[in-house]
Order: sequence, then structure tokens, then C-alpha cells
Amino acid sequence: MTLEVDDLRVYYRTLKGDVQALDGVSFGLKDGEILGLAGESGCGKTTLGKALIRLDGRMKHVGGSVTLDGETLPIGDDVRMNPYRFKQVSLIPQYSMSAMNPTRKIGRMVRELLESRREKLDLTELHHRLELVELPKDVLGKYPIELSGGMKQRMVMVISTLLNPSLLIADEITSALDVSTQKAVVTTLKGFRDRGFVKSMVFITHDISLTNQLADTIMVMYAGKLAEKAPAATVVNAPKHPYTQLLISSLPEVGVRYADKRLTGIPGNPPSLLNPVAGCRFRDRCPLAFDKCAEEPPPVEVEKDHVVACWKAA
Amino acid sequence: MRRYFGRKLLVYGLTFFMAVTVNWLVPRLMPGDPVASMLARARVAQPEAQEALRVYYNNLFGFDLPWWQQYLNSWGSLFRGDFGISLWAFPTPVADLLTRAVPYSLALLIPSILISWVVGNRLGALAARRKILDNTVLPVSYVLTATPYLWLAALMAWAFGIVWGIFPVAGGYSFSITPSFTWDFFLDLAWHWLLPFASLFLVALGGWAIGMRNVIIYELESDYANYLSALGAPQRLIRRYAFRNAVLPQITGLALQLGVLVAGALVTEIVFSYPGLGSLILAAIQNKDFFLLQGAFLFIVLGVLIANFIIDVVYVIVDPRTRVGMAGASA
Repeated sequence: MTLEVDDLRVYYRTLKGDVQALDGVSFGLKDGEILGLAGESGCGKTTLGKALIRLDGRMKHVGGSVTLDGETLPIGDDVRMNPYRFKQVSLIPQYSMSAMNPTRKIGRMVRELLESRREKLDLTELHHRLELVELPKDVLGKYPIELSGGMKQRMVMVISTLLNPSLLIADEITSALDVSTQKAVVTTLKGFRDRGFVKSMVFITHDISLTNQLADTIMVMYAGKLAEKAPAATVVNAPKHPYTQLLISSLPEVGVRYADKRLTGIPGNPPSLLNPVAGCRFRDRCPLAFDKCAEEPPPVEVEKDHVVACWKAA
Repeated sequence: MRRYFGRKLLVYGLTFFMAVTVNWLVPRLMPGDPVASMLARARVAQPEAQEALRVYYNNLFGFDLPWWQQYLNSWGSLFRGDFGISLWAFPTPVADLLTRAVPYSLALLIPSILISWVVGNRLGALAARRKILDNTVLPVSYVLTATPYLWLAALMAWAFGIVWGIFPVAGGYSFSITPSFTWDFFLDLAWHWLLPFASLFLVALGGWAIGMRNVIIYELESDYANYLSALGAPQRLIRRYAFRNAVLPQITGLALQLGVLVAGALVTEIVFSYPGLGSLILAAIQNKDFFLLQGAFLFIVLGVLIANFIIDVVYVIVDPRTRVGMAGASA
């Protein structure tokens, strides 16, 4: 197993108290597995992604552990985490358009980055990978502003995976792209996995239909907790958690005319994560809620590889 | 690239034209008649002789011509390098007075501008990364940058020159010494130079330090810095990139500040009675010396324009984006 996350808790420090953005999430990721991490804004998916590579200044590692290839990652310690970054865990950021230093030629920046990590630049390998994402070799002699948005995105994907990390985190990388480019990005990521450039991947998005094209497993989060985790097909076709069911049913379907059938969302909003109430965090919006929901539902493996945190599903 | 510099040169040319015109106009709009004051100084008692002198002076300086002719003539003589004859130091040519004063002004300006810019940038960059430095450098910088040149200069002249008596308070060199290429003379020159230089340097320093600190903090929060941190790049590399990128707005700032710095230097020269352009301008204004004033301003305008052009060129060299923008991007 590549990645093992156990009861991970990461809170945001604010003046009013701790925001419990990631509150006890456990899951595993096998070699070669792509995990799609889905959920609405504020569900903790980005916090989870950041926790795996670099906490920002306001985030605090409260509890739980992350183990990658048998080694426990010191995720709360920015300096001790450095040797793992890029080599074991890498990131494709949300902001690929501005991720490269605007005043350095791309090739030089890559060389300086690798030198700073005491790695040698394998130019043939780099050229080979550029070719794979259909970038001409001479992009290395260009400045980032000379590239189009799609080219920058692909360049960043190549840079991030250059050292063949065990785990790649792709955080909302398709949100700024049009649909055809989204598809190309997804195909490229799959190719990277198939060629062994990355062992496993966490693909964070709010777009369930896109996740379905890429991910082997989908994990749905709600209010800082795991709601459901199952193989992609199961999540899409036979979800067990009421939140997942509602999420899937709010997606438009091809061939259905929504003139007669209104597309419904999920009424209500996620709860505040500053001192959240005990029990199931979804119960205020849940159509199936009953007395038992005042107690927190533990994640239960209802069938093989299908974990649900709901009293009704177990 | 050629189009870019062509356009820049055109703008500078227009600025120069406007500056010369305004420069010609302003002394003539000042109240008072310079010839009358020269006559008063000459103390000629007989009215006929006075009249003859008036005609002679008016003809000598060209004041008897119509205004447009005077204007065109001033352009003509400008291109011949003839700035006219000083009224105040009559009959010394203005060009001589200027060439004597300009080295002193440049010796003050160039080091104080460049050194304060470099040191201020370093200081600001350091302050951006260390809390203790930030809490000390920043307040001091705010005080320095808010200090009027005149005030700091007067304070320093008083403290070092009068109270402690370690530095001279007037002149470019001691009156007892004759200019020559000897060590004694150079040491004396440096000794007189130090106070005006230091006061200019200090006031300018604060502004650069504050600017750099703010830009560095912004750059360290930027996306490329975050990406490099996420890939475990050492702080050294990230800071190097941030500093390099933060210098760019500081270069623009230098171009914008140039006029203010020159004005500050002129005032400082006057406080220290330093024999540069500032003191010359003061004398010219006090004596309604049109030609000297015109000449001095012209030198300053030319200097600022040339310096600005140099900064433009430097900017194109250090910021690749301007060059790429000129060449046109490829998709």
C-alpha cells in the first residue's frame, strides 16, 4: 500500500477558535491507484490535499498520521517535510498559470530547482516527457508568458512529476480549463500513472463526472469528514450515503430534458466547522435523518472497498 | 525593439522641447527687470549715461528683440552650446559657471542615489524576513523618508559641524587650499563631501527600504514562491527569485523618484553652501540671472532625461517580459 492516512486531523487557527476543516479522516491508497476526492466547497478536500504535502501558515496538524511507502511523513514540520517533497510527494497546483517564475526561462528554472534539491537534470528524459504532453523542446528556452494557458498547465504537470514521486496531488487543476482541455489533462494524468511516472494520485475536484473518467476510487467528503469511499462505478451507480446519493442526483444526465424535470440541488448549507455539533454533520440536510444521527456514525466497510459513514447504510 | 526605443526617444525629445520652452518662459515671467538691477549696481548718476548703458545691456542680452526672436535665438545658441553671459557673475559665460558646478553636483547625486538604492533594497529585503529587523528598520525608515532634505541637512550641519566641529559646514574644499591633483586636496574634498552626501543618502535610504520590504513580502506570497515551497525548494532559491523580481518595481520607482532626488540634492547643496548647481540656482534667482537660471535648469532637465533613458534601457535588459512583449508572444 502506497499511502496510509490514519485519523488525520488538521485545523485552521482563527481568532474565534479552531476551524475543524479536516476531522479524523482515514483511508488507504494502493500502488497505481487514482483516488478522486470530491465534495462541495469547504468540505476539507483541499485541506486534505495540502496536509499531504505542505500545510500553510494557518493550518495546524492536530492528530493522526500519514504513512507513505512505510515511512511516516512529518507533515506538521515544514523543514523535516522538505526531503519528501517533490521526490516522494509532489503537487500540481490549482494555479498552474502563475506557478512558474515569470522572469526565468523555464529550462533554467527547472535546472535551478533540481540543483537546489541536489538532483541532476536528465535532459533526454525531460525532452521525452515534453514530447509526451506535446510540448516542443524549445519551451525550455522560453519565459512563462510566451506559453498559452494549456501549455503552462502541461509544463507544470511535467515539472511536478519529473522525479517520479510516489504520490501526486492534483488540486482542482481542471477548474480553470474548458471542457476539451479538461479531458486532455485527465488523459495525460492517466498516462503518467500508466507509464509509472507517479505511483498513485489524489485528484481533488468538485466535479464528480470528471472524477469518474479518471479515478479508480472516489472518496466523497462532507464537512471535514469522510462520507463515502468506494470504487468509482459504485459511487456513481450505487451510492449508499444519502449525501452521495443527493450529490449524484443533482448532476445533469445526457438525453434528459430538464424542462419537464427540474434538476434539484441539495437544500441547505454545510455546517460551520467552528465548534461543530456532535453527531452526523449532514443530519440537518439529510432527508433520512433520525434519532440515532445525534451520535457520530463511524465509517463502516459495508462491502469490500466500500466504506460509508452513515447509520442508515450500515 | 527599435520601435519601442524610437517611441521612447520621441517622448524624451518632446519633453526636452517643452522643458526648454518653459525654462525660457519662466524667468521672463518673474517680476523685476534684471537690467534695471544691473544699472542700480553700476550706480551711474547721469541719466544720459544710464540710458546709454540700458540700451547697451538690452542689446547685449537681446532684450530689445521681439519675444519670438528671443525664443528662436535661445534655441539657436543652445545648439551652439552657448548659454549666454551671466548677469550675476558678469561677464563670465554661463557655460563656464555650469561646467565648474556640475562635477560637484554629480559627485553628490550619483553616489547618493545609487548607494542608497542598493543599500535600501538590501535592507528592505532583510527586514522582510526577520521580525527583529522588521521592527527596527521599518520605523526608522518611515522617519527617514518623512524627513525633509533641508531639515536633516541643517540638523547634520549643526550637530557635526557646529556642536562637535568634526566636519566643515560650507564649501567644496577648504579656502586655505588650492585645487591640485594631490592627496591632500582629495582628502579635503572628500571631507567636505561627506556630510551633504550622508544627509542625501539617509533620506533616500528609508524610502527604498520600505518599498523593497513590501514588494518582497508580496513576492514571497506569490504563486511561484508557493509552488517552489511545495516542491521543497530551499528558502535560498525562493528568496533569490523573489529579490530578483522585487527589484523590477524598484527600478521603476527609481525613475519616478529621480526628479525628487535631484530637487533634494539642490536644497542640500544650498544648506551646505556646496558649490554645485543648487547654490548656482539660488544665486541666479536672487539676482534675476535669466541666463544662468535657464542654463542650470537645462542641465538638470537633460540630466534627468538621460538618467531616465538609461533606466528604461536597464529595465528592458533585466525584465525579459518587456523584451518578449516587444517581439510578440508565440502560442
